[in-house]
Amino acid sequence: MGMTITEKILAAHSGREVVRPGEFVNARVDLMLGNDITAPLAIAEFRKMGAERVADRSRVALVADHYTPNKDIKSAEQCRVMREFALSQEVAHFWDTGRAGIEHALLPEEGLVAPGECVIGADSHTCTYGALGAFATGVGSTDLAAAMATGECWLRVPPTIKVVYRGELKPWVGGKDLILYTIGRIGVSGALYQALEFAGETIESLPMAGRLTMCNMAIEAGAKNGIINPDAETERFMKSVTSRSYQPVVSDPDAEYVRTVEIDCAQIEPQVALPHLPENARPVQEVGEVTIDQAVIGSCTNGRMEDLRIAAALLKGRKVHPRVRLIVIPGTPKIHLEAIKEGLGEIFLAAGAVLSTPTCGPCLGGHMGVLAAGERAVATTNRNFVGRMGHTKSEVYLAGPAVAAASAVLGRIAHPEELS
Amino acid sequence: MKLRGRVHRYGDHVNTDVIIPARYLNTSDAKELAAHCMEDIDPEFVNRVEPGDIIVGGEDFGCGSSREQAPLAIKTCGVSCVIAASFARIFFRNSINIGLPVLVCAEASAEAAAGDEMEVDLASGRIENLTQGRTYQAEPFPEFLQQIIAAGGLVAHVKKKVTAGG
Ligand code: SF4
Repeated sequence: MGMTITEKILAAHSGREVVRPGEFVNARVDLMLGNDITAPLAIAEFRKMGAERVADRSRVALVADHYTPNKDIKSAEQCRVMREFALSQEVAHFWDTGRAGIEHALLPEEGLVAPGECVIGADSHTCTYGALGAFATGVGSTDLAAAMATGECWLRVPPTIKVVYRGELKPWVGGKDLILYTIGRIGVSGALYQALEFAGETIESLPMAGRLTMCNMAIEAGAKNGIINPDAETERFMKSVTSRSYQPVVSDPDAEYVRTVEIDCAQIEPQVALPHLPENARPVQEVGEVTIDQAVIGSCTNGRMEDLRIAAALLKGRKVHPRVRLIVIPGTPKIHLEAIKEGLGEIFLAAGAVLSTPTCGPCLGGHMGVLAAGERAVATTNRNFVGRMGHTKSEVYLAGPAVAAASAVLGRIAHPEELS
Repeated sequence: MKLRGRVHRYGDHVNTDVIIPARYLNTSDAKELAAHCMEDIDPEFVNRVEPGDIIVGGEDFGCGSSREQAPLAIKTCGVSCVIAASFARIFFRNSINIGLPVLVCAEASAEAAAGDEMEVDLASGRIENLTQGRTYQAEPFPEFLQQIIAAGGLVAHVKKKVTAGG
């Protein structure tokens, strides 16, 4: 019996020929990640473990992205703890304000994750890197501390659900719509403790940006990891970011899946997930009349160049609705610069939007666009839990960049077609 | 070890954003975090909770962020254990790692009511609802996890390795 890509990577990283779902392994970790919220706690635990030096400084990545540029004194202190640790331990991959981007946009762009690798991060959206054919999963701060001390992480091998996508995408439909639709189908705990392997002809022709968006939200279905078998598109992307070598693996044809879900993409409309769960997804046409106060285009889900281009195409020559605040947040400094060079920055500013420095910002209700009681936002982020973007009586509607941009112009949740 | 306390009952999908809202994550101080535990789902919780109390949730307890501050806040408020029909995986592993007992038991979760008196025997996984006179059996922990639990959490578990390795 064969193995899935997830099983193969975990076997290879724990010195075994074969692993099966349910087994526990101590996996060697190729890259471990922390941020300004999770790393300070990990650093404290690291010290409690009696560790003095990180096991391998070249495998540690620390990113100041959540509450940066420091939003208040306390977050400045948190960043200082991380900075001092990074510098004293000579951590190879450390980004501070100015060079920092949102971790899950930044690491792939830097070529730090490659097919066949095993990555853990003290951030739930670490699962994003499955798009590159890596095993990547979110863990906690103490796990990060243990990995920094030992180079390893305990993991239970997950069973895999295969989701097969067929058919051509309608206009304005992208990775975000596919994943929202999928979570709507299987539910927010539909893949609890399991791996989600995305496959099928639609995925094969989906560009890397869309794949990253899809794997990013695997956690929103409760999954341990989202993953896509590496192919020509993966190779193209890797070549564009790094020249280092790696060893891709793919699922065996006779690998075992706990379940296979088939999705006919030709039927899928642009999706919107209503408050307060990502599984409340429905076609934008069925949302009804929902006026909005704010639109956010950014985050580790949809803050890439491709997303900004889609938004800019709709905003060009138009104005953001007078009642609406539009906040555009490029995922990384590179994307920010590219957006300015391509003239997108000008389009956003002329439309009346804010163009923010890269940060998580409002995605987790941190800063740069927190919502008041009773306010409603459409956002390209990944969570719409109660109070996620601010007051507990505010609401977040999740969507892709096209719906978010069109809604910003019209002042209500809208299909991008309404603008043409 | 036997734990005993009153039940604080919540539903399905209790997420880490309501357990400890992100606006308080600019600190790692456990006591400060505990002062805001469950604030966005139950603002009175921190005033009601007493040492030993038990949180009972439904499906998918602790879904959302990787923030270990969530189980840490729960533990620091004095809650002795969390019982749920199922847990989100990062919350589950974080709890094991920091030494907050988490028990999976759908029946005990379904039948518990707020204010019930419960007793939990961690060694056997036996849960007794003293108010209702009902007993339940939680799912046993796999052996691998028992070792981490027995060591008192992942810090102690790794400490042994780190110091042994010199
Ligand atoms: S953008 Fe949002 S979801 Fe992504 S890492 Fe930042 S806070 Fe988390």
